[in-house]
Amino acid sequence: MQILILLIQIAVLVAIVLLHVAYVTYFERKIIGHMQVRMGPMLVGWHGLLQPIADGIKSFFKEDIVPEQADKPLFLAAPIICLVAMMVSVAVLPFAKGWALADINIGLLFIFAMSSLASYGIILAGWASNSKFTLLGALRSMAQVISYEISLGLSLVGVMMLSGSLNLTEIVEAQGTSFFGMYIFSQPVAFFVFFVAMLAETNRVPFDLPEAETELVSGYITEYSGMRYAMFFMAEYIGMFVMASIGVVCFLGGWNGPFEVSIFPPIWFILKVYLIMFIFIWIRATIPRYRYDQLMAIGWKLLIPLTLGNIFVTGLVKASIN
Amino acid sequence: MSKAMTVDIPVSAGDEDHYRIKMGPQHPATHGVLRVDLDLQGETILECVPHVGYLHRGFEKLAEHRSYVQNLVLTDRLDYIAAMANNVGYCEAVEKLLGIEVPLRARYLRTMVCEMSRISGHLLGLATHALDIGAMTVFLYCFRERETLLELFAELCGARLTPTYTRLGGVRQDVTHSIMMKLERFVNEFPANIEEYETLIDTNRIWLMRTVDVGTLSAEDAVSLSITGPSLRGSGVDYDIRKHFPYAAYDLVDFEVPLGETGDTYARYRCRIEEMHQSNHILRQCIEQMPPGPIIGDDAPDLVMPVKQGRKLEVDAPARQGLIKLIEDRETFMEGDIYVPTEVPKGELGFYFISDGKGSPYRMHIRSPSFIHIGALKTMAKGVMVADLIAIIGTMDVVLGECDR
Repeated sequence: MQILILLIQIAVLVAIVLLHVAYVTYFERKIIGHMQVRMGPMLVGWHGLLQPIADGIKSFFKEDIVPEQADKPLFLAAPIICLVAMMVSVAVLPFAKGWALADINIGLLFIFAMSSLASYGIILAGWASNSKFTLLGALRSMAQVISYEISLGLSLVGVMMLSGSLNLTEIVEAQGTSFFGMYIFSQPVAFFVFFVAMLAETNRVPFDLPEAETELVSGYITEYSGMRYAMFFMAEYIGMFVMASIGVVCFLGGWNGPFEVSIFPPIWFILKVYLIMFIFIWIRATIPRYRYDQLMAIGWKLLIPLTLGNIFVTGLVKASIN
Repeated sequence: MSKAMTVDIPVSAGDEDHYRIKMGPQHPATHGVLRVDLDLQGETILECVPHVGYLHRGFEKLAEHRSYVQNLVLTDRLDYIAAMANNVGYCEAVEKLLGIEVPLRARYLRTMVCEMSRISGHLLGLATHALDIGAMTVFLYCFRERETLLELFAELCGARLTPTYTRLGGVRQDVTHSIMMKLERFVNEFPANIEEYETLIDTNRIWLMRTVDVGTLSAEDAVSLSITGPSLRGSGVDYDIRKHFPYAAYDLVDFEVPLGETGDTYARYRCRIEEMHQSNHILRQCIEQMPPGPIIGDDAPDLVMPVKQGRKLEVDAPARQGLIKLIEDRETFMEGDIYVPTEVPKGELGFYFISDGKGSPYRMHIRSPSFIHIGALKTMAKGVMVADLIAIIGTMDVVLGECDR
């Protein structure tokens, strides 16, 4: 019985997340459209509301082309690795008090592990496609993930020190319910580093080098088509969602809001996640892309020293208070 | 099922460890069908060999079998981004060859459409350059203004991209009041729009990191590579055909030639922005000074369309006669050769004719700036990264239709 309930919960969560992904693409296209003095999708449904569904159907029925020179098993597995790794990390997110599918004690570490695993998918995709552009994209992605994962992890060490826990629910509770209890006020540097590293981790502008359209055609997904292409796409958007959720949990006080909404407790969580996503999209519409060596320089020469300093100062302050 | 064979054509002899990549002819950043063979070490370019010719349509040969009038339509398809300027360049050249006088109003109209196409060409250049570097919004903002200009072209002569507006000896149709009003509104609004692009990229840290000291060309190098147009002026060389060898009505309007200093991608970008300001200034003067008079000379060898107000256009007797008359009836023809350069948005577009006294050129050669700029790619791309090559292709502002002809 317990297992059955859990399975139903999983199914519901997966369905919601997939639907959410579909509509995040719509959200993004509409916002970017309006920022760029155009309309965005308008034709399918009222103001293009059914566009994501149409896109889904389209990619589902498209031919799944596997290049002859590709390493077939890896080529087929890569998008699945990506998508599964990203999907699994949704399980530990606390949408509201008690609204986490798996409230495990190492929630934060688990998410890091999964997002690192997703980059295996990217690297395998680039390698298995046996194409020159995809290999370059995969190499870029590998270098980027390695260097930014470090600063991403280190930026959250300050949060772990303050809350004394890796459990996401406990991190939220440690921030208290007041507005000024949010860790963004006590850890502003960490939040800045986290935000930048988050953009890099999810391959968003200005760090979208692995799939830089104008340089590497589409980077590691150049050879993919149909549903497998869509899987990478979904993985990227779920990744965005997961990273934005971590930001909300660790820095913006999770589900806590100015007042409680008892009908639908996760409302504040979702609003905050969408705020961060909106900033993602806003950045995409505004700024150009870094060059590969500049990206590395920022990661290693700016972000990592900043986070290390932040950890040191946080530790010092905490020790002196105690 | 047999496995497909990989055929690896070597870019250059040497180290087998190099990563060879063929960028193009189908690649989002090569502005059409340019193919660049790259020899990479990591992401650093050791050698870059541009290949052209994928859009070759044989215009120069084709021109030998068509009369001077008919060749005009070919020039639309050179730099299809700023076709008006090509039309003007061709007509200026043929008129010099045939000794045709152009009335003053037509000269002003030519200056006007030239500057309109210069703005639209620079806008597209800036748009794609910004898109290549990743600034997507600038791309769409630029297209918004370009759209206004293309609409004006459509109202002026019925076509947006292939106008064939000029005629030997003048222009085809006079401007209407409505066009002038719309153009005036555009001229008044445009400086504010340029500022809008500048707010997005001009002082943007990433934009500066991607353009400053990238693809630097010293003045000597630029001259020895025969680079012209804004790309040359970005290196600080004061050479503008409009100023130094004026054609159309450029000697009657006041404008400056903006110069860069550093010769890098950013300087060229600034040059283009300043040139758009100057073009806008010229447009304003054209609107104010537009003289009355005929729009095509009396001895024009071309078919002139009779315009009857409020009635459907029909080919009546004199026009049909004109159609037959065309160019064969002219008695005097210059024999010999002539080279006439004009300043199109990309640089110096020159038409070189060898005439044997017949109605069509014995040989027509087009000196197209894009072809020469692509030739400079090899020098500029040595030792830079792949991402910089994209910026360099963008900043040289090449159009393959003009390059391959």
